[in-house]
Amino acid sequence: MSEALIDIRGVRHAYRTASGPLPVLDGLDVSVPEGGFVAVVGPSGCGKSTLTRLIAGLMKPDEGEVWLHGSRVTSPRSTVGMAFQNPVLLEWRSILKNVLLPLEIVPTKLSKADGEARARHLLKLVGLEGFEDKRPSELSGGMRQRASLCRALIHQPEVLILDEPFGALDAFTREDLWQIMHALKAEEPFTGVLITHDLRESIFLADRVVVLSGRPARTQYVLDVNFKGPRDIDHLYTPEAAEMLNTLRHQIEIAQGRTEAGHAA
Amino acid sequence: MLRKIAVPVVACIVFLAFWEFLVWANGWPNYVMASPSDLPAAYTKFWNLFLVMGWQTLWRTVLGLLIAIVFGVFLGMIMGFSRTMRDALYPLLVGFNAIPKATVVPIVALMFVGAHDFNTVLIAFMISFFPIAVSVSIGLSTLEPEYRDILRSLGASQATIFWKIALPKTLPEFFGALKVAVTLAFIGTNLMEIVSPHGRGLGALFDSGKTNSDYPLMFAVLIALAFLGIVLYYVVVALEKIFAGWAERPQG
Repeated sequence: MSEALIDIRGVRHAYRTASGPLPVLDGLDVSVPEGGFVAVVGPSGCGKSTLTRLIAGLMKPDEGEVWLHGSRVTSPRSTVGMAFQNPVLLEWRSILKNVLLPLEIVPTKLSKADGEARARHLLKLVGLEGFEDKRPSELSGGMRQRASLCRALIHQPEVLILDEPFGALDAFTREDLWQIMHALKAEEPFTGVLITHDLRESIFLADRVVVLSGRPARTQYVLDVNFKGPRDIDHLYTPEAAEMLNTLRHQIEIAQGRTEAGHAA
Repeated sequence: MLRKIAVPVVACIVFLAFWEFLVWANGWPNYVMASPSDLPAAYTKFWNLFLVMGWQTLWRTVLGLLIAIVFGVFLGMIMGFSRTMRDALYPLLVGFNAIPKATVVPIVALMFVGAHDFNTVLIAFMISFFPIAVSVSIGLSTLEPEYRDILRSLGASQATIFWKIALPKTLPEFFGALKVAVTLAFIGTNLMEIVSPHGRGLGALFDSGKTNSDYPLMFAVLIALAFLGIVLYYVVVALEKIFAGWAERPQG
């Protein structure tokens, strides 16, 4: 395995609330190799989103270290792209202008024309050709999320952070977008971190699934996903997928404290 | 398009007809209530006064409103970005807004005695900045954190976030407040014009109508004020279409 591009070591973090500190992360270790795609699953409210904010440099952990490409993360950096459950497109801009937004902020080698060509290319990849000049309000939820993925990738980030980006979509749209993610991954050399609560999504998209324990979260279990050949939805209905899903489900139950097993605290 | 103009025009005509009917049916003399048919005479008799004084009222209202926009947006920004400032300024603002401006008018008139234009603009400003400040502050403070994060994660500065996201996202609320502020500014201007004896603006014309028991003139002034109010309101609507038209959902 190549050197880790994202390395999270022994991270602890607590939020200060009116009723005292609320620990959310307690001894979290996650490492993602360059070009890898890691999914993070865990019970709700266990600090998954905090993890994305740490990697993005939007906040600093109380303890422990976050490393990105050999340097310690202390503030936001332009080599990260983010997409959330809410596509947060700017309603007053066209889809194309929305996708181009990061290029207005990060220093880029792309000329204006090249940037636009790249945006159009990405939009075509996700099936939004012909919608470049539409406003976000004219698009469906799934289409908006696709545009948001293009925006996350336009500046060629090293790391793509996805925080439950498909959570609000219906099942069929979600499966569409999973396949689009694979198409994007084939063309764009990013390293991915996906926060999700959908176990099928985690094994379909990622090559490693990290299960977090309940709050305060630590790394409870790591599953390597080994499908043979290019993935398609059919893989989710094979015995090996069923076995992986079963393992993950069991781990989630432990994390939720429903099953007394393993080394659950 | 034709429908858009025809409907409000017909509504105005129906309203005037109903007014005329009410006065006729009750047999009110025009010192109780003038009827629309009395008004053309008032307008033709004093048309040059209406033009001159209407202009005086208009420019002072617009100037007061512009100052209210600058100050209101500034105040709204401070309160929108800082919780502490929001907590500190809200009670002050609400208290200030609760004071009836009619009571402030004589105070201001005495404070800056003789500075008629200044006084009028000041009152127009004071009465109209509140909704602007509140709407901008609410617009900014309710910005979803993801919007901020999208730009912050790229290393954008607070100023960039403000110009690229916070400001445009607040525009619909801002224009909503501006529609309220426009009419308020008119009320402010006229309060000053009526109370302070300097003989300028439509308020002064109203006052002279009162002194001379020219009741149709008083009603004519009210209608002229309403007309100016409508004109300014639609100027704001037009600006809103240009700058925040994206917020309008297609009908259907």
